[in-house]
Amino acid sequence: MSQPATTEVPATTQPPMSIKLQGVTKRYGSNLILDNISLDVAPGETVALIGPSGGGKSTLLRCLNCLNTFEAGQIHVGPHILQPDSSGEVPGAVRQQVRRLLGMIFQDFQLFPHLTALQNVIEAPIQVLHRNPEEVRERGMKLLERVGLGARTHAYPHQLSGGQKQRVAIARALAMEPRGLLCDEITSALDPELKGEVLDVLEDLKREGMTLLMVTHEIGFARRAADRVVVLAGGKIVENGPPSQVIDAPQTERTKTFLSRVLG
Amino acid sequence: MTLHFRVLPRHDWRWLLWCAGLVLCLSTTHVSAQDDNKPLIWAADAEGGAPYIYKDPKDPNHNIGFEVDLAQALSRELGRPIVFKQYQFNSLVSGLLRGDFDLAMNGLEVTPDRRAKLLFSHPYYIFQQQLVVRADETRIKSFADCQKLSGITVGTLEDTAALRLLSHDQITTKIYDNQVEPYADLELGRIDAVLLDLPIAVSYAQPNDNLKFVGEPFAEGYYAIALRKDQRELVEKIDRALAKLIANGELQHIYEKWQIWNDEQDKLAHSSSLDVAAESQQLWTLSRYFPLLVDGAKTTVFISLLSMLLAIAIGLPIAMLRLYGPLPLRILATLYVEFFRGIPVLLLLYFLYYGLSGMAKAYGWGHWFDLQPFQAAILGFGLIYAAYESEIYRAGIGSIAPGQWEAAESLGMSKPLTFRRIILPQAMRIILPPMTNDFVALLKDTSVVSVIAVVELTKQYQMLSKSSMKYLEIGIATAALYLVMSVPLGYLSRYLEKRWNKQTLR
Repeated sequence: MSQPATTEVPATTQPPMSIKLQGVTKRYGSNLILDNISLDVAPGETVALIGPSGGGKSTLLRCLNCLNTFEAGQIHVGPHILQPDSSGEVPGAVRQQVRRLLGMIFQDFQLFPHLTALQNVIEAPIQVLHRNPEEVRERGMKLLERVGLGARTHAYPHQLSGGQKQRVAIARALAMEPRGLLCDEITSALDPELKGEVLDVLEDLKREGMTLLMVTHEIGFARRAADRVVVLAGGKIVENGPPSQVIDAPQTERTKTFLSRVLG
Repeated sequence: MTLHFRVLPRHDWRWLLWCAGLVLCLSTTHVSAQDDNKPLIWAADAEGGAPYIYKDPKDPNHNIGFEVDLAQALSRELGRPIVFKQYQFNSLVSGLLRGDFDLAMNGLEVTPDRRAKLLFSHPYYIFQQQLVVRADETRIKSFADCQKLSGITVGTLEDTAALRLLSHDQITTKIYDNQVEPYADLELGRIDAVLLDLPIAVSYAQPNDNLKFVGEPFAEGYYAIALRKDQRELVEKIDRALAKLIANGELQHIYEKWQIWNDEQDKLAHSSSLDVAAESQQLWTLSRYFPLLVDGAKTTVFISLLSMLLAIAIGLPIAMLRLYGPLPLRILATLYVEFFRGIPVLLLLYFLYYGLSGMAKAYGWGHWFDLQPFQAAILGFGLIYAAYESEIYRAGIGSIAPGQWEAAESLGMSKPLTFRRIILPQAMRIILPPMTNDFVALLKDTSVVSVIAVVELTKQYQMLSKSSMKYLEIGIATAALYLVMSVPLGYLSRYLEKRWNKQTLR
């Protein structure tokens, strides 16, 4: 059951899109969490965000999905622009459009515990997009098959292993037909032997051309699957380049200390 | 036995004997209270009981009334002091049987049920029923009209001759537990007439210009002094003393002073053996009282269910305001909870039923505020339980991980949609057990609605047990009914909990 099946259900029918951050700044009180961050993610690119905890990685991801606000700068997601107004809020309509384009997967899964795997997957397409429930169900089954859970569609979250839960969460995000995925340390809560099954699904999505922006501690996976590695420390991008350069030949002291600690 | 004596030190069993002697002494104290020089303890309820015995408006530490005067006269004739003891009217018979006092004299009517348990003196007053209506009433000219006209509601007190008359003639009644409220409700137009003993009508209705007497007084009954069956000697002494007071005109003098003398009272002197067993002996069998208890239980369920629905309907928005509302509304919601959680339900019921309609009348707000007893009960419990429920909901909803909101948000779900589809179903599992608890508490709390003239299970129990003196038997039947209502609820709640826990166990 661990090997994800390769049933051919496209995760999305839309072409991938780019993400562009310009001077994004975020504070908590006097704490500068994101300090004038600028970053381009090309359509279909896989970017791994690494760095010490408290470095701003998760906050950056959450700003992209409007779960956090930011004080200054702009974020372009496809054709949409996130820009805080005078009250620090992003207009609701823009927020909704950006969330349609970017799915988000959390470290602690956050499946809805009172719904089965399939119900978790089909809830939003039916309730938010008002799609035909029959079609959504059919597509939901196929998505679960695709992440290797075709046999567990009627299981409740507590009956699933951590890896299985995370794969349901991925299927749930894919059911909204996003053009990019934001993954916030999605394997951190998993036992080592369960991490593989989740990472395999991600590699599969990357092959299909999904734009992936992932916060991760899996340096091995980042080296193998990421097109680019970005090191975030103290709210700043300290290094940004292909894995071969950033991981194998780090330029800055900050990156070197971090890598030696992680790989140590 | 001999072994015991050897084992126990000698002084030990002598001590036991001494104790047994003391118990014997204590158990015979009420016998020795009949000694001629000891004061007699007379129990009555001075709470709003004009003209029988009530607190002197000029000096509330002092009781006055025709029974106070009678007690003084009797004390003089008997040559022993009579000491007054305040006692709840409803409990006079059981208190007498328990030996809390020597005699009860409080407009206590001679009934077959009471005669079966107690010893009554010669009657000291012949009372009749007086029908009272509003001064502008044109439909009702006599008691017969109450039977003929449809839709007439007559107010009276529980466990009285008037109530038995009304029930016998199948007239709709509303039962009160004090003498002021039936006339107050009559004035407000909530009932059409009041039927009560003449002395009560003389004290409470006659001075009121908005009310009038209709028809002649009718249906005689007797007030007599109640004693225990083992007090025959004392009863005979009291009877002799009463006879003297009747013969020398002193009793008439007392009644004239209290304006309750009428020609009927002449019979007190003429008939030595008054027929006090006019009413047929009522047999209080299970098949007779149980249907009445079930009726009471239905009322209890009815009020509880509607109150709970109202409490949920108010409690959920209050909880949401406290969790997510803007600051001013949050403060208002908090004030609501603090207020309604802090006041006794009895106070609120009195306010809603008596206070509100009085205010509406005084300020001309119209009849919108003139609540029926059921409406007042449901509103009162609904408002108070809404405060309890909202706190349960707030805790339940607040306990759902913020990550659930974020996950739903990232899927494009709006806040109301997330609340309805994701948060509330999960919170329900946490809310349900304390909510069931509250509902069971509510079932029992509704027993206080009798103060606004609603007869539910506990009130029905009080009335039936008082009429039949079967406190234990009917009490067990009543408890069984309460359990039948509450226990299945607990099971249902546990069943749902189990079913849901299967889904949510992490």
